[in-house]
Amino acid sequence: MSDLLERLRHYIGVLPATFMIVVFMLAPLTIIFVYSFLTPGDYGGVKFEFSTEAYTQLLFQKNLFDEVEFDTSYLTIAFRSIWVATVAVLGSLALGFPAAYYIAQQPESRRNTLLLLITIPFWTNLLIRTYCWILVLRDTGLINNLLIGLGLTDEPITMLYTEGAIALGLVYTYVPFMVLPIYAALERLDKRLIEASRDLYANRWTTLRHVTLPLASPGIVAGAILVFIPALGAFIAPDLLGGGKKLMLGSLVQLQFSAARDWPFGSALTMVIMSVVLICLLLFAVNQRRNEGGFQH
Amino acid sequence: MIRSSDRDIRWLPGFNWITLCFFLFLYLPLIILVIFSFNATRSATVWEGFSLQWYAKAFSNDDIQSAAKNSLIIAAVSTLFSTVFATMAAIALGRNREIKHKTAFGGLLLLPLMIPEIVTAVATLTFFTAINLSWGIGNIIIAHTVFCIPFAYLPIQARLRGLDASLETAARDLYSDRKTTLRLITLPLLAPGIFSGAMLAFIISLDDFIITMMVAEAGSTTLPIYIYGLVRTGVTPEVNAVSTVLLGISVIAVLMSQWFAKKQ
Amino acid sequence: MSFNRKTLLGLASAGLGLTATIASADGELQLYNWTDYTSPELIEKFETETGISVTVDTYDSGETLLAKLQSGAAGYDIAIPTHNFVPILISEGLVQPINASELEGYDRIVPNLASPWWDEGNVYSIPWHWGTTSFTVDTAVYSGDVDDYDVIFNPPEELAGQIAMFKSPDEVITMAQVALGLPFCSEDPNEMQQVLDLLMGQKPHVKTYNSDGILERLVSGDVSVHQNWNGYSLLARKEKPSLQYAFPEEGVVAWADSLVVPKGAPNYDNAITFIEFMLEPENIAIQSNSSGYANGVTGSEAFMDEGLKDAAELSPPEGTPLKFIESCSPKAVELQNRVWTALLK
Repeated sequence: MSDLLERLRHYIGVLPATFMIVVFMLAPLTIIFVYSFLTPGDYGGVKFEFSTEAYTQLLFQKNLFDEVEFDTSYLTIAFRSIWVATVAVLGSLALGFPAAYYIAQQPESRRNTLLLLITIPFWTNLLIRTYCWILVLRDTGLINNLLIGLGLTDEPITMLYTEGAIALGLVYTYVPFMVLPIYAALERLDKRLIEASRDLYANRWTTLRHVTLPLASPGIVAGAILVFIPALGAFIAPDLLGGGKKLMLGSLVQLQFSAARDWPFGSALTMVIMSVVLICLLLFAVNQRRNEGGFQH
Repeated sequence: MIRSSDRDIRWLPGFNWITLCFFLFLYLPLIILVIFSFNATRSATVWEGFSLQWYAKAFSNDDIQSAAKNSLIIAAVSTLFSTVFATMAAIALGRNREIKHKTAFGGLLLLPLMIPEIVTAVATLTFFTAINLSWGIGNIIIAHTVFCIPFAYLPIQARLRGLDASLETAARDLYSDRKTTLRLITLPLLAPGIFSGAMLAFIISLDDFIITMMVAEAGSTTLPIYIYGLVRTGVTPEVNAVSTVLLGISVIAVLMSQWFAKKQ
Repeated sequence: MSFNRKTLLGLASAGLGLTATIASADGELQLYNWTDYTSPELIEKFETETGISVTVDTYDSGETLLAKLQSGAAGYDIAIPTHNFVPILISEGLVQPINASELEGYDRIVPNLASPWWDEGNVYSIPWHWGTTSFTVDTAVYSGDVDDYDVIFNPPEELAGQIAMFKSPDEVITMAQVALGLPFCSEDPNEMQQVLDLLMGQKPHVKTYNSDGILERLVSGDVSVHQNWNGYSLLARKEKPSLQYAFPEEGVVAWADSLVVPKGAPNYDNAITFIEFMLEPENIAIQSNSSGYANGVTGSEAFMDEGLKDAAELSPPEGTPLKFIESCSPKAVELQNRVWTALLK
């Protein structure tokens, strides 16, 4: 008995977070899991009749004439979302890594100021910030007015309602999620390590590759996770900046719980997305621990 | 602001410029927002003279103020809870060798990230109803705390992973007390990670719309919900004015924290 | 300043997990309405006259309202669904009878909105606003006849690529159905195929599908044609006189938002007070002046702003059919989904 208590004591640290997530996330999620095997209710919600249609629907959809056919439209939507989320990760990394590195090199007081400067824009609602980008990007917007005013172009350049605008919007939304973890990892970067490396390799970029990047990698991984997963479900930037002409996973799920009134399908979509992401993360974590283990022993 | 000396061995050419671009990128929309909050007409696009009327309007609007208060309270409390829980979990998972199934725990902590917001919203609403939970604003705080945990956890965990455990082992040899080691060594070393995590949690909570909208009970409208209503027709200077005031508050908060840091 | 007390209580309950937050004190009313749809002036007047303090919360879609009422724990006294949701709310048992015909001022409801098909005898609801969904055209860009669905679905050269549509499948599809002369809530695949073909043909000319920021896009000239509600079209015209609201001869989509009292409303009596208050012509006129929509109370014109009561947007030309949307069957909703997914996949 005391042995058990002793063993439980070790788990006290993980207990509060685990409790919150198990009770207020896992339990609701169980409801969603059950929903995914039920039949859609007439006005949203579910009917308690078992059905696997929500899952078969992912690949085999009925057309307007009720003929079941192999349908790739949901796969297309999924790959589009994955592609957009990948671009968001790469864009955030390209912009965020140098910024995080630069901030980490500053004296401590300035470091904190810069970090807080990153979060200040977020005091403004995301919707509003995205609208401001519309004012910047559209045909009659700031950039085009500037270009035309300077005589650099006669016709406005179309920037709004393009895929580039979606990418820009997503990077804008998620780049802090990349900068902050990388900063947290780099902040402890020991100057002496770099000095030693410089003595050995005598090149800034070699040092970056062989010393700094490996040290930053836990931060980059954390940042990539924090950007990729939310970007996968993002719909504000695709809707507002992209024009909402192509569905994303986020808007597809959203639709099922609103106008489409197909909660089981929305639930099934969620289950599939979650499983895929979870499996990827677990494979990654196992792999990483194996590598670390090899390093330690 | 961007000043680098070539003598600093860590300096990488171009990184200071990218950082400058990064901040310009972050602030460009906000500059527009602030400028048009002083516009004389309803338009948030065409400049037609200076006026403070939108501020007067925003300040006389009780609904905006109560929504802003709700938002700030929810964000502050959820940040506190989620950061404390995330820090505890990160330390336990990173340092305690007795804990088994760490991968599973790690995955569990990231779970809230993996579920589309609308699903979390519907599921949480259904669950709260099922267990008959009706704590008003407390409902929102619980929901926010849960989805803020991964955002707080990841930066802390990233920081901890890079920290040399030998420092703590040495401290344990010296003090031979787990608590003292935690207080004097681990937590101070973790501070940048905790700071980053808390900031992420705060902005995530402050910005949330979908989950809050579903979970909110009567009378707990938050700022994003209120603003969404105003945006229906398009951004008006009134929205800009409210946003500018919030920006102002955050700038003052930053300046004050700097001032306190210097005094110490 | 009931707010402070409430937040403190909320905080305390969050921390201690003990008390319920919102006590149903006598003088309160919880109003749940569409976003940007409640006149602050009206609420102020109601509070002054009755001493009841009002809290307004907002929702963004009929489905959100439905989900929250279904959850049963929302605590609202008044909700304002669109008419086609009223039968759903009634059949799901989510609203309670108010027997409007016995209320003071009931006889002032205009004949065509009294005892409507969605709530015969007004047992559960009274009208709030009614309006139409059509589209707004910038006549400075297009000088031809705007009262034609071809302008938006099959646009002339000067309007190609200048079109914005709503984001909600039902609103886009119902408009297409009116344009094609098809019935709403169709369960016929052939009819829905026609709808899909029309929308697919239109898609290359559409700049964005978005239901927010309508005014902004029209006034700034970002788009020249926008699917729109008549009230917003009126507000847009006030800022840009060249904007015109279309009334094609095929007819326009029409809707009526209604006041209902959710089951379990903590302040039923105050809700009834509010409903009677809204049946006063003077009061509902304040609401109309603020939102730009017509109401269902006779005599309110006398209190309406100049430029509102005779506005073109609010007065469909003689002979233009008003097609009130219906509550669709699950089968019809499923077909709508398939059309929408096929359109945006």
